[in-house]
Amino acid sequence: MRTSRPIMLVEDDSIDAMTVKRAMKDLKVSNHLVHLANGEEAMNYLHSEDNHKPCVILLDLNMPKMDGFEFLKIAKNDAELRQIPVIVLTTSKEERDKVESFQFCVAGYIVKPTDYKKFVDAIKTIDLYWTLSELPCCVA
Amino acid sequence: MRDCKPILLLEDDTVDAMTVKRALKDLKVLNPLVRVGNGEEALVHLRDDNNIKPCVILLDLNMPKMNGIEFLRVAKADEKLKRIPAIVLTTSKDDQDRLQTFRLNVSGFIVKPVDYIKFVEAMKIIDLYWTLSELPNSEQECLNANIQTDNACRR
Repeated sequence: MRTSRPIMLVEDDSIDAMTVKRAMKDLKVSNHLVHLANGEEAMNYLHSEDNHKPCVILLDLNMPKMDGFEFLKIAKNDAELRQIPVIVLTTSKEERDKVESFQFCVAGYIVKPTDYKKFVDAIKTIDLYWTLSELPCCVA
Repeated sequence: MRDCKPILLLEDDTVDAMTVKRALKDLKVLNPLVRVGNGEEALVHLRDDNNIKPCVILLDLNMPKMNGIEFLRVAKADEKLKRIPAIVLTTSKDDQDRLQTFRLNVSGFIVKPVDYIKFVEAMKIIDLYWTLSELPNSEQECLNANIQTDNACRR
């Protein structure tokens, strides 16, 4: 990523979260990964002044308590949080999920490849793109 | 790109627009490039139902009549247009521009490299990312417009 700020991962499945962590390690992405299990936990983290705001948010859709859409609804209506790019990372290929996510102006919708090598490639492309692109946070 | 819909480019500088066209050609990206000279022209194009909605919008910031930020303010408040990813492609390194455009939910802010080879490299990463990512256009919409989806847009 372009900055050293943490990457936030909102994902209820701990195995999937470990896969993301492992892929980032394999790709030598040095950003710290902050993993939260649902939208509610993510909101609590983001609203706490003590925490560093993430450079990007990787968001699963189907989660207990507060799902991805509920999270997006709050985040994209929050003047402080709306600027953080949110990239959906899901297994859902549902047309409805795709359209609804883009209505919230997500900065990408990536269907998780099941194959680990392809998954690493996907994370690599995400990292390349968000290294090329500037990010909203001012301090690197 | 993941589908074959056009890429909409908002760019008032003809030479810069030609560079984008040339880079896409060099990368064998087959999506047609529709170029408009400012935000106002872009809105007219996007709101004309005879035109196919683009898969992504690449936009410059400094343009006459309606600039990039003014365009984003309108497009991102329009229920029919807000879902199209908008990527800023500019020479501006201004912090204010960056912050303002991310608040308007852009899907990337890329400072144009002056060197052509580096510019092609940047366009390649943009293409790669938006081929990996799904796009908001419904498959039915693509079928209706007789457009192929899923990576078909390659030689």
